Parts: sequence; structure tokens; C-alpha cells
Amino acid sequence: MRLPVAWIIATKDFSTFMKKKGVIYPLLIPSILVSIVVPLLISFDSSLFGTISIPSLLDSVLFFFVIQAMVMPMTLAAYSIVGEKAEKSLQPLLAAPVTDGEILLGKSLAAWLPAIIAACATASIFMALGDLVTYGSLGYLYFPNMSAAVILLIVIPVVALFAIGVNIIISSRANDIRTAMQLGAFAYLPIAAIFGAGLFHFFVINAINLLIISAIILMIDVILFSISTKTFQREEILTKWK
Amino acid sequence: MIEVENLTKKFGNLTAVDDLSFHVNEGEIFGFLGPNGAGKTTTVRMLSCLISKTSGSARVAGYDIGNDADSMKIRQIIGVVPDDLGLYEDLSAYENLDFYGKLYGCTEIQRKESIQRLLTMLGLWEKRDAASGTFSKGMKQKLAIARALIHDPKILFLDEPTANLDPISAKTVRDFILELKNERKTIFLNTHNLDEVQRICDRVAILKTRLIAVGTPNDLKESLWLSKTVIQVDEVNDRILKALDALSLKKITTNKNRLIIDVTNSEKENPGIVDAIVRAGGRIQLVTDVSPTLEDVYLDKVGEIK
Repeated sequence: MRLPVAWIIATKDFSTFMKKKGVIYPLLIPSILVSIVVPLLISFDSSLFGTISIPSLLDSVLFFFVIQAMVMPMTLAAYSIVGEKAEKSLQPLLAAPVTDGEILLGKSLAAWLPAIIAACATASIFMALGDLVTYGSLGYLYFPNMSAAVILLIVIPVVALFAIGVNIIISSRANDIRTAMQLGAFAYLPIAAIFGAGLFHFFVINAINLLIISAIILMIDVILFSISTKTFQREEILTKWK
Repeated sequence: MIEVENLTKKFGNLTAVDDLSFHVNEGEIFGFLGPNGAGKTTTVRMLSCLISKTSGSARVAGYDIGNDADSMKIRQIIGVVPDDLGLYEDLSAYENLDFYGKLYGCTEIQRKESIQRLLTMLGLWEKRDAASGTFSKGMKQKLAIARALIHDPKILFLDEPTANLDPISAKTVRDFILELKNERKTIFLNTHNLDEVQRICDRVAILKTRLIAVGTPNDLKESLWLSKTVIQVDEVNDRILKALDALSLKKITTNKNRLIIDVTNSEKENPGIVDAIVRAGGRIQLVTDVSPTLEDVYLDKVGEIK
């Protein structure tokens, strides 16, 4: 496995994404809005959020960025793999002196890195603004804390990997980007359920629980990538992918 | 440069390519001719190490297509233009080529030089910064060829390179292929365009799952298909047909007042045929010698397999 070769493939995909502004902006705008609007609403009137305490609210909203870290790689991976499949540009790539693993790694990096950067950047904005507007009422800076560190450094990366693993498997069956994204939407459900459970106090978003969730998702990631590497083989792609 | 022996590819119960054996010499344009579904693309995919073989063997520039280590070396020395061009339509012509140049390990200087040279040769340099998705079919085809040549490969596999192109674009592509031949590149040309084969190929193989024939276009015409003599008489009758039967000719068919006769050597055989018809009371209006075209050979041979 040659990392520089995978990086060449990833940077090509970055260039392609940057030209698809209609794809990138809708992915970034919700998390930018949440990172700015929620602190503004808290500063305006925290009772807007009902009886939820400010720390619980901040933790729950921070978990929103986990969902964002799943939506973005799912979409980018769909464009990167199913998009190439639809454009028929995979064959010349497969004819080049690169291994299947290098292509898979390059495409995974292309979807994973922007998602991590975007989620961490918008979450950081949210944390900074959140601290700014809640310092007066709490009397201390709520962020950074252990839960936030686990979310940013562990949960977001493993969830983004989960999204990519799911998408690679879907790619072998989906013919177009929209279908891939629709099928991939089912993968959001367990993460969204955790988010909802945290928001409505069925589940406490703390560092320990987040680490347990991350460990479970990481195990699923390993299984998904084992299946992905079997699916993403050039002969399979050329002769069996629909 | 390419040696193929008993190469076979099966997809489940379907045999896509059956027991192919042929060779391609260095620096020649080798036409691979066959109808849709004949196994042309499957053969190119096997030779370019995109899919595995079921049995048989093939060596490309001395490397075994069935060996994993060799397959990477084969990919490094070949260029492939697939039937679906597969350009990155959001990227510019320059970015498309630069990406592949990097993948093939070309240095920045090599990439810059190659991209400028290829795009200039193909008349696309002025359009280098335009997204390839905005190109016409002909321009896309040229760009795909440039992409396959970015690393200066020894062997170029072209799958239907002029399909769906207008005559001017097709000629530009054909002329460029001939220029590549002058650079001693070996070109494996998949096509069902007989005219193209006749114009540019040194040798041609006719395929329909199995190899039907291989040779130069002229050899194929001479060895696989007899000349025909067409004689128009005022009336075809039994006396004329009996007189011709006595000559032990290979095949005689009639069409209204025309006799179509297969001959091996028209110059030697025609005087006797004419003499026999006249002796049988026939009045000859016209004698025409019909030489076979590659299309005749192709249709004859492909039709035989049906």
C-alpha cells in the first residue's frame, strides 16, 4: 500500500468536490447555522429550549456535529465512488498502476478528511460561541470538556468511517448518487436515535458512554471495511457492479 | 510484444472469449475486429490486467498477465482508452492529464512537457483549462487518448476510438494513431469499423468469441474469400448452366440475367467461362470482375459462425 498514491487519488477527489458547490454548500450550511444560531438563541432567551439545562443542551447540540460528520462523508463517498461509476471513470483508474487498496484508501480519505475538518471546525465555533454566551449564567467555561474531546477526537472520526464503509457497500448496488444517498440514509438512524435519546434524557451524553458507543461503532467499522475490501476489487467492479 | 495462447474467459456458464491464440508485433497496429459481444472488450480487459483469465496464457511485453507482480508492470507500460472514455468531467483537460501523470509516477516537469505536447498535437492546448464535460465527443476522445499516452506507454489499447465520431474527428484520431505508429508504439485497436481497419491496420484478427482469422487485410481478402466474376447475359438458361457445370467451377449463383461465379484466378478462368457461355448460345452483355473487400470477408466469416 503506497500512501502517496492514495493521497493523489484523494486530492483529485478534493478538487472535484470543490467544483461541486451545489453539493458542498448544502453540506456545510446546516452545521454553520447550528454553530452560530443555537448560541445566539441561548443568549437571546435560554428558556426557548424548555426545561433542558444549559449543559445538557450544549452536550446535545454538540452531538449534532456527529450526525453532520456522518452526512458529509456519506454524500462525498457517494459522489466519489457511485459518481465515478456513473461517469464510467473507474475503468481508466483501474487500468492505472494502482492497487485496489490504494484506490479504496484514497476515496475513503477524500470523504473522511473534509467531514472531520468540517465537523471539528463547526463544532469548535459552536463551543467558542457557546462558552461566550453561557459564561455569564454558568460562571465557568463549559467547553472544552472531556465529552467534547471524546466527540471531536473519537466519535466523529469513527462515525465518519462508518458512513464511508456503508457507502462503499451500497456503491456496488447503486447506479446513481441519489439512490446511494437514499440507501445510506438508513445508516443515520442509529446515530440519530442516540442524538434524540441524549436530547430527551433517555441517555446521558458523557465521556464514558461516548467511549462505549465509539468502541461499538469502531468494531462495526472493522467489519464494514473487511466487507468493503472484498467488494472493491477491480474485476468485481468491472463485471458485477450494477 | 503481445503473445496470446489459448486464452479463455468465462463468466459463469457464458464463454465470452474462447481459446484465442495470436501475437502482436512491436510497432504494429493490430486491428481486433468483431461484432458487438464478440469478446473484444473482454480480451482488452484481460490483456490490460483489469480482469482475470479463466485459462490459457498471455504475455504483454514479456510480462505474464496472470501474475500479480507482473500485472502492475504491465499497467505501467500500457495505455488504455476504454469504450466509455471515463473522463472527469468537472476537471479541466489539464487537470485530467495531470492526475493520471501523477498516478503513473511522472515528475512535475515530465507532466508539464507531456501535457503540453499531447494537447498541442491533438489541438486541445487552447482548451486546456476548460472542464472536459464541456467538450464535444471528438475532443473528449482526443483527451482520452492523450490521457492514455501521458506516461509514454509502449503499448496502447484503443477500444472503438472512432465510434460515434463525425468523419473529420474520426480522421484526426486515425491520423494521430498513425503518428503513434511512427513512434514505434504498438497499437491494439478494437473496432467494428472495417474501413478503419483497412486504412490503418498492419494486421487484423476477426473475432467472434473464437478467433476466426488473422492476417494482413490483403492476406485475408486473398486467402479467405474468392474473387467473383459477374456475367450479364440476355437470358440465363439450362444450356448455359450445363456448359458452366462442365467447367467444374467452385460456385455459380444466378440473379435474374446475371451469373455470379466464384473464381480463384479470374484472368485465367474468365476466357474459358466466356467461351462456354458463347458456345451454349448465350449473348454476353457485360463481364465484371468483383474483388472482395474486407467487409465481404468479415461478413462472410462472421456470418458463417452464426
